[in-house]
Amino acid sequence: MSAAATNYYDRKGLFATLGRDGMLQIILIANTVLMLAPIVIMVFSAFKTTPEIFKSPFGLPDFTQVANFVKIWSETNFLRYLLNSFVVTGASMVLILTLGTMAAYALGRYAFTGSSFILMFFLAGLTLPLKLAIIPLFMLMRDLSILNNQLSLIFVYTAMGLPTTVFIMTGFIRSLPNELEDAARMDGASEARIMWAIMLPLVRPAMVIAGIQNVVPIWNDFFFPLVFIQNDNLKTLPQGLTTFMGEYTTDWGVLFSGLTLSTAPIILIYIVLSKQFIAGMTSGAVK
Amino acid sequence: MPQLRMTGRGLWITALIVPPLAFVALFIVYPIVSAFAYAFFDWQGLKRLDFVGLENFHTVLFVEPYRSWTINAFKNNVIVFFALMVLQNGLGFILAYALWRELPGARFHRIAVFLPVVLSTIIVAYLFKLFYHPLFGVVNITLKGIGLGWLAQPWLGQSGTALGSIIVAQAWHMVGFPTLVFLAGMQRIPSEILDAVRMETESEWVKITKIVWPLVAPSATIVFTLLFVGAFNWFELPYIMGGLDGSPFGSTDVLGLYFYRTAFGNVSAGQQDFGLGSALAVLIFIFIAIVAGVITTRLRAREIQL
Repeated sequence: MSAAATNYYDRKGLFATLGRDGMLQIILIANTVLMLAPIVIMVFSAFKTTPEIFKSPFGLPDFTQVANFVKIWSETNFLRYLLNSFVVTGASMVLILTLGTMAAYALGRYAFTGSSFILMFFLAGLTLPLKLAIIPLFMLMRDLSILNNQLSLIFVYTAMGLPTTVFIMTGFIRSLPNELEDAARMDGASEARIMWAIMLPLVRPAMVIAGIQNVVPIWNDFFFPLVFIQNDNLKTLPQGLTTFMGEYTTDWGVLFSGLTLSTAPIILIYIVLSKQFIAGMTSGAVK
Repeated sequence: MPQLRMTGRGLWITALIVPPLAFVALFIVYPIVSAFAYAFFDWQGLKRLDFVGLENFHTVLFVEPYRSWTINAFKNNVIVFFALMVLQNGLGFILAYALWRELPGARFHRIAVFLPVVLSTIIVAYLFKLFYHPLFGVVNITLKGIGLGWLAQPWLGQSGTALGSIIVAQAWHMVGFPTLVFLAGMQRIPSEILDAVRMETESEWVKITKIVWPLVAPSATIVFTLLFVGAFNWFELPYIMGGLDGSPFGSTDVLGLYFYRTAFGNVSAGQQDFGLGSALAVLIFIFIAIVAGVITTRLRAREIQL
């Protein structure tokens, strides 16, 4: 084959590649614009007055104009909702990670009769849609006298978070080497001391993954507060938003700043920790 | 294997395992088991009355008006599932394929596509509700701006477009999830296989249909099953965007709303019925379990072990 012919085929291949990659790049850019536009419009609108939003919904706002945020700060229960969300999510996460690590440690480090059955018991909770059991849950919370009490949310979230946490962490803890543990045991360390001082520092990466996988759905949950909580002062952010959106239906500037304020914490954390978020939230689905 | 004795190590293991087990038993297993029992009783408010056998099931399936409500909600769930299969999982596969090529900016695109996934569904619902506003929403304003003003319409206010509009909001919210699950599947395809394919064919189509698609089968199994369970549990978006009654005229009513309304009552009807609600919950539960089981086993069968 002549040199010219080879060149010709090479060039054709190059063009084909560019054409395909170019098309894929266009798809990606178009999609990214579609993904970000609603969020950008929301943030921009948060700094506009309602007439400004109606007149130029896409225009750049004057970012020093924070009247909407002041209104939310001074006139609504918004900060209370935000604080409640922090309390409920924080308490649930502490319980999930503590109890989840305990169970995973027992299942992952010790061989005992019934351990595989107990693991199965936890895993069964992975696939069951708990929303459908809301009636008995409602009755249970009533019997425990914690309806209209944030403990009801914390308990349900903890129970819902345990299956994934036990699943992720048992696998991780099982894969840790035995040498350190055995050496400590020879030195006469107690089982509790081995777990606390030697093994726990090693399981932190798995705790981060399990933590992120649970923190996002708990922070965002709307269904359980809707059923369990009536008192406005106890509402979490997603539930409080429904009250807030109902009160300010015509004041779009305030509505958009309320939405912006509620998304801001999670968006900021996501931008910093996007890798861990993606790994954590898809960890159940990616083997 | 040492027997579980209530001394030393046995006691230690028990102390570790019992508290977490108690939580799962009390707040997951017990309520789900009770849900089945509740469905066989007559209820008055929060009070359990007589055992009525299968009567609650009979009512929600065969007695009007429950029968048409059940059928209507179920039909809408089926529409939601198939529409999201295309909009969410189909688009997700294409986006994953594009991201997989590691073109310039891929990292940024990956972060952007997953960003809506971390948002609260309630926020997505309100945001799109404002966007779909007939007069001031950006959707109609954009259409008018690009000369497609005749397409502008009250998206959430008419039966023909309401459900579709909510489905689009859901796809925007969640498309990043299947995208990144598929992407992880593609990244696990060994490079030797891809090199071998490059020698055999130039066709992108052959490569996708004969190599990539079969090899990401495990991702597809998971994504399809999760979408199915999610579609038949759909609640938040239609609740905020269509309302508890599935307005307009039940066009956005889905099983999740219908179940909630039956169990806890709504403003207009006010009547709450735990018996009928539980019967619905049990039926939805069984339906999801069976179909999800079938989907999983069917799709698992076509997975290839590498």
